Amino acid sequence: MRAEAENAAGTLRLEAVALVLGGEALLGPLSITIAPSEIVTVMGASGSGKSSLLAFLTGTLDPVFAASGRVFLDGLDITDLPPEKRGVGILFQDDLLFPHLSVGENLAFALPPRVKGRRERRQAVDGALAEAGLAGFADRDPATLSGGQRARAAVMRTLLAEPRALLLDEPFSKLDAALRERFREFVFDHARARRLPTLLVTHDAADARATGGPVIDLEDGNCRPATRFSGHGTDELRAGRGK
Amino acid sequence: MVRGMFRDLAMWLPAVLLSVCVAVGGSAVARAQGGEWQAVLDEARGQTVYFNGWGGSDRVNDYVAWAAERVLNEYGVRVRHVRVNDIAEVVARILAEKTAGRTERGSVDLMWINGENFAAMKENGLLGAPFVDRLPNFALVDTEARPTTIIDFSVPTDGLEAPWGMAQVVFMYDTALLDEPPRSITGLLAWARDDPGRFTYPQPPDFLGTTFLKQALVVLTGDRDALYRPVDQADFAAVTEPLWDYLDALHPHLWRGGETFPQAGPQLLQLLDDAEIDIAFNFNPNEASAAIADGLLPETVRTYVLDGGTIGNTHFVAIPFNAQARAGAMVFADFLLSPEAQARKADPRIWGDPTVLAMDRLSPEERALFAALPRGPATLPPEALGTPLLEPHASWTGALEAEWLARYGQ
Amino acid sequence: MAGPLRAIAGRRPRLRRGPWMGFVPWLTLFLFLVPVLLGLVGTWLPAFGYLPALGGTGLSPEPWQRLFADPSLPGALLLTVTTGFLSALLALVLAMSVLAAWHGTRLLRAVRRFLAPLLAVPHAALALGLAFLLADSGWLVRLAFAAGELMGLAVPRRPPMLGLANDPNGIALTFGLALKETPFLLLMSLAALGQIRVERTLAVARSAGYGPVTAWVKTVLPQLYPQIRLPVYAVLAYSLSVVDMALILGPSTPPTLAVLVLRWFNDPDLSLRFMAAAGATLQLCIVLAALALWYGAERLVVRCCRPWLSAGGRGGPGRATRGVSGLAIGLAGAMFAAAILAMAVWSVTRRWRFPDALPAQWSAATWAETLPVLAWPAWTTLWAGLAAAGLALVLTIGCLEYEDRAGVRPSTRALWLLYVPLLVPQIAFLFGAQVLLVLLRLDGTAPALIWSHLMFVLPYVFLALSDPWRALDSRYARTARCLGLSPGAVLLRVKLPMLLRPLLIAAAIGFAVSVAQYLPTIFAGAGRLTTLTVEAVGLAGGGDRRVIGMYAFAQSVLPLAAFALALAVPTMLYRRRKGMSP
Repeated sequence: MRAEAENAAGTLRLEAVALVLGGEALLGPLSITIAPSEIVTVMGASGSGKSSLLAFLTGTLDPVFAASGRVFLDGLDITDLPPEKRGVGILFQDDLLFPHLSVGENLAFALPPRVKGRRERRQAVDGALAEAGLAGFADRDPATLSGGQRARAAVMRTLLAEPRALLLDEPFSKLDAALRERFREFVFDHARARRLPTLLVTHDAADARATGGPVIDLEDGNCRPATRFSGHGTDELRAGRGK
Repeated sequence: MVRGMFRDLAMWLPAVLLSVCVAVGGSAVARAQGGEWQAVLDEARGQTVYFNGWGGSDRVNDYVAWAAERVLNEYGVRVRHVRVNDIAEVVARILAEKTAGRTERGSVDLMWINGENFAAMKENGLLGAPFVDRLPNFALVDTEARPTTIIDFSVPTDGLEAPWGMAQVVFMYDTALLDEPPRSITGLLAWARDDPGRFTYPQPPDFLGTTFLKQALVVLTGDRDALYRPVDQADFAAVTEPLWDYLDALHPHLWRGGETFPQAGPQLLQLLDDAEIDIAFNFNPNEASAAIADGLLPETVRTYVLDGGTIGNTHFVAIPFNAQARAGAMVFADFLLSPEAQARKADPRIWGDPTVLAMDRLSPEERALFAALPRGPATLPPEALGTPLLEPHASWTGALEAEWLARYGQ
Repeated sequence: MAGPLRAIAGRRPRLRRGPWMGFVPWLTLFLFLVPVLLGLVGTWLPAFGYLPALGGTGLSPEPWQRLFADPSLPGALLLTVTTGFLSALLALVLAMSVLAAWHGTRLLRAVRRFLAPLLAVPHAALALGLAFLLADSGWLVRLAFAAGELMGLAVPRRPPMLGLANDPNGIALTFGLALKETPFLLLMSLAALGQIRVERTLAVARSAGYGPVTAWVKTVLPQLYPQIRLPVYAVLAYSLSVVDMALILGPSTPPTLAVLVLRWFNDPDLSLRFMAAAGATLQLCIVLAALALWYGAERLVVRCCRPWLSAGGRGGPGRATRGVSGLAIGLAGAMFAAAILAMAVWSVTRRWRFPDALPAQWSAATWAETLPVLAWPAWTTLWAGLAAAGLALVLTIGCLEYEDRAGVRPSTRALWLLYVPLLVPQIAFLFGAQVLLVLLRLDGTAPALIWSHLMFVLPYVFLALSDPWRALDSRYARTARCLGLSPGAVLLRVKLPMLLRPLLIAAAIGFAVSVAQYLPTIFAGAGRLTTLTVEAVGLAGGGDRRVIGMYAFAQSVLPLAAFALALAVPTMLYRRRKGMSP
């Protein structure tokens, strides 16, 4: 049936997810189903609770929030699992490469422990770096990389952990326009190549358009398929919207 | 260095005798010279006296506060009680002042002192001119029956420190927990063997702890006379060997197996009250009664002295060489010697420190002050205290402490 | 003059550099370092036999020979090193494991709330309370006996021989030091964590499959430690050279080196002064060597653990770490509270004999009788603390404001200078500093006391204030300048009011540090000026726990009141300003 379809392998499903802060509804209830390789966008202004939604999905929501609803991944209810058991990868606006590790070590950090032995791990890391156009960067200090290089290394780190779903928390907003488009394609291509259900939150209409997938606007709660997407005005106009 | 001085004192006995005569004679003259004392009183008015003394006893502190108030009202002298852990700290500071060449306006005007601290200050020239015979009330001091009022640990005071109070070691025990305490140093060892962990003594160089060493040494040594001469004139090892043998035997049976010692005398009372030990001792025969009255010891505590006597001495006040308020310090020292102050000090409800005054030199009214004092439940009558054993020469204090630390302090 | 427009447009507001401002950092360093250096020299000279007042006019190695021949020295050194290292390590491990295992939980928020009062309690007060808790006839045993009686067990009339307090191995001292230093490390860590994107870092690590504790240890700790390295070193140096806690909780046959040295300084045999100076210098060497050793150990740990960081091990759910560290912090908090409570109870006791669990007779007499006597040292404590904290605040504001105006940041090296008074053992330079004070005829005066406290208050105030100050959005100041305010007016009307809360907290920390000073008060106060801490430590030997309790309690109350004020005043002033709430 329908539920079966929604719980099919590789699907990320949010069921009536709602966030409450200090007794006031912040977000939702929201129900979204994301098929493998599909990219769904949640749009909203700052303070609309988009980042908190992702924190809820990764299991790192600040306890000051009260959350309800369920999350299923691969047909499995992951709502009450600790973050490390969920298999949900996340990419932030800041690359968050660990400053105390080299680029290669940052990637190796994410590599599953079943890849054993120094040589095997190094090979896996080098392969990922090459894939990101960063061959030979393994021993570099992350601080010496350009913004685009760091962003790509962060993506590879997230993917090396072999997540079964990908969350993107405005990962493109800090990059300048030229870089942004190329990096967006890089992320989307890699997500699709791994058949990951992907949830993007952003306040930038261009990001949403680029996904080619459905867009949910937290302003009106409507879900529009990509084809019917129409741009919203500038974010600044709605920035003052209360919680 | 301390010992070096005593080489010059090889002929110490005649000097002591001489100073006795000078002190007694001089004070008689002073009481007659009202005019000279009046000049001191005039100079003292308005001065602030920094009185440095051990501040570990509340009762002593309260007493000093009372005396300070009295001299402020009577003579216009303000006394600030600087309470210290160990008067040696003050000796150190006066030394630092001398180091820096400060020969006047020093930070200490009057200090509570005796024994080796006095000897060290005297030797290093940290005390100024003699002042004691200028105090009118010094004439009332019982220098004959109480020779320790002018010979401090076998060192003549030479008028550099005024006697303040008397002390004699008494032992105390809780009759509810212990039927019959041992009444000799050797008996103590036997008792400790039978019932280990129930006795201890403060760690030298705490003065009460060192006093315990002296008490044992005086009884145990084969050459008691040597103790009353400077230590470097004696065969220290031979004279003290019986003491170390005794302590070696005693320590395993002490409180906490002799691995830890109380750091200060009054802690013994605390331990007795806590039932951690069964026998404590103190330098003040009234201490137990006062502590009972104060709620610090159970009412079942009683005191006793050892067969053969216990160590007794006198404590003093002295004026450093660079005192700023010398006249004020003299006025305060004189007030401390007054029958009024001495009687109050002897009151077990206040402090309970025995007087240095001779009863037969007081007026009948003054005598009545002392006669009216109550005797606490745990205080022995004066005749039961027996004749006190004299403190060894001051130089033994440091030598015993150093040897103790070398043997047990590591 | 740079116009307001330029200030807006400019990357870094190079505002007018006050002609006088430049000397503030120098003055601050001068107040700190010159006395320490002179004090060190004043201690080194007698260590090599030069002290004319005692007849030492030439240089000789004799003090050192006497020092090394002293039978107490080997034991004292061993004790110093073990208690110092172990307590610092224990405090660090406890603080880090709590942060790692309880990150983002209610427990940690509770701990955070109690940090200020815990920090405010002076070392001596805690030590006195612990000494009573741990004694053979102490509160713990009394409570155990009372519980046994309730259960109908026959309890002996005499206390057991446990030997917890003043144990020869210094375990009680180690424990007490760790207890006092853990809150400090926690506070410094929480402040430093504010500069690391902890939440997201952890989200990245955990979404990659890492257990909570392992994630924290592998990603946050390596970023945190470099930021708290100086506080950790200060804790190590302090633990190696502490005097008041070692006197109260430590063993005495032998004591730690610092206590031994103080004993020699205070010995009636004045010739020991030379040996004491040599010992004080040895103490300095020990601390420097210990810091070097710790640094070496850090390198070693980094080297050994580096491969482990990226080896992929995910770690478990960390329940064991959580349980153990939660239990440890709970126990530590309970001991801390019980120690202070014990002192408060004693202060209103008339009779409380072993084995009663609570006083048999209560009385306010101790307060009534002691309060007039206590008033004088309490007053000294108050004004010295207020003056030292106030001066430290002014100097710190001067330095930070100079930073803003000159557009410079102090280098790490400058920060090390700031830490010098905390890293150099007090006993190693206070004797020399005392001679200096006597030479200047300043000993026992208010300026000397305030200055001696300032040396130790200033670093803490600077540490507490510099982060919030630098975190203040510089655009506020630029906006105000554009509105026509002078730099001084910006400072007074914008920065200081906005930073009121951290300013007051910094002042309260400074005040608490001043209240806790023991050795500096003894050396600079010359006995004429005495504080509650000195009195409380002095009374520790006096045996009357009721009076000790009152002093220890009073000594804790003053800094607690300062913290309460620091928290209440901004809340009251800004009760209608939501943006100013903490």
